[in-house]
Amino acid sequence: MITKRIIPCLDVKNGRVVKGVNFEGLSDVSSPVELARYYSSAGADELVFYDITASAEGRALFTDILREVASQIFIPLTVGGGINTVADFDRVLKCGADKVSVNSGAIRNPDLIYEAAKLYGDQCVVISADVKRVDGFFRVFAKGGRENTGMEAIEWIKRCVGNGAGEVVLNSIDTDGVKGGFDIEMLDAVCNAVNVPVIASGGAGCIEHFNTLFKTLPKVDAGLAASIFHFGEVSIKDLKVSLAENGIPVRLS
Amino acid sequence: MIAIIDYGVGNLFSLKSSLAAIGADAVVTADPEVIKSSEKIILPGVGAFGDAAAKLRESGMADLVKSEAESGKPLMGICLGMQLLLEKSFEYGCHEGLGLIKGEIRPITDVIPADLKVPHIGWNALRFKGEKSPIFKYINEGDHVYFVHSFYGAECDESVIATAEYGATLTAAVAEDNVYGCQFHPEKSGDVGLRILRAFIEL
Repeated sequence: MITKRIIPCLDVKNGRVVKGVNFEGLSDVSSPVELARYYSSAGADELVFYDITASAEGRALFTDILREVASQIFIPLTVGGGINTVADFDRVLKCGADKVSVNSGAIRNPDLIYEAAKLYGDQCVVISADVKRVDGFFRVFAKGGRENTGMEAIEWIKRCVGNGAGEVVLNSIDTDGVKGGFDIEMLDAVCNAVNVPVIASGGAGCIEHFNTLFKTLPKVDAGLAASIFHFGEVSIKDLKVSLAENGIPVRLS
Repeated sequence: MIAIIDYGVGNLFSLKSSLAAIGADAVVTADPEVIKSSEKIILPGVGAFGDAAAKLRESGMADLVKSEAESGKPLMGICLGMQLLLEKSFEYGCHEGLGLIKGEIRPITDVIPADLKVPHIGWNALRFKGEKSPIFKYINEGDHVYFVHSFYGAECDESVIATAEYGATLTAAVAEDNVYGCQFHPEKSGDVGLRILRAFIEL
């Protein structure tokens, strides 16, 4: 049986891992290579790296770090941030990324997902959506959650999957950084709309939140979190043992 | 020296790095002399079968890999590389494989329930079949490995050395004599994957 995946997310800026609360007030946490190695040995099933650097120098630094991580850590790596063209896909895939996550780049250029999926396969393309409730509707936000695109989120995600996105990361801006649990209602809506893996992001504060997530929504494939792992509030080992005790299939070996 | 066959498909960075991590001397190559002088061969691959099989033939690698394997040299196919070892594939048409291992490639949707997601992606447990294969000597039944695939090896019969459950029993690994194939990605399967690669390079 396929196991539920636990995925630490590392936001990288100028070569360092950072994590914000509701995307603001970033604070430096640690070295990406050290964190990646630590998480891999602790039982992380996959790692996500978001490059939130804006400058070209920072991007080059990021690909160096990615190469270093990929040469030492042998679990799937997903890379996002600043992916706007097929050339950006190529750049990170050559450095050892297995999947590439697109967000604002797909909003600006809706053909990006289709083109990339055709070249690298659906399994390689992840649509990452930052979604927030606005007047009772799920809306897609761009630019790291700062800009309301006005697009209806479920329709947008369906369209991306139709264009070839092989996986969805749903990040609820409403629950992100609050540590009050995943956004079950929003995730349920996405799970019912698509038939590709859905990764829950935003809101995990403790082990129980993951148990609730997988018990309430068996269709969710993975739970992603950052700060609770980086600051040691939740150990991946303890989390997976707890999930196993609750009958949720996880990889312990 | 391990020759990783370069025929223009897929990203070989992780495979090369994982072999380096276990101390293997591996080169990514399309040079027939290098391949002939290698001790073992790894055939990687991602993407579509038809395209990859055509590239393998056009580059001359198909005949070379086949003759090297037939001479007794250990060969491991990974993911699409495993699928290419079989007789044929029904991925978008019908394409001929290398025929080193019995069986054919069919969509997993033929055998899995309709409500399961495709591709079969993620970590799944290995169930050994038959006598434990030498490439599994450092791992245990039930260890998890990482899969990403929408097609699987059907009718491999006695060649199957491991399976994984995904709404159906899917071929996870095959072997016939010195030829091995893994549907999963050992180079992305953490320590378990590295232990499989180590057992292969020690053959």
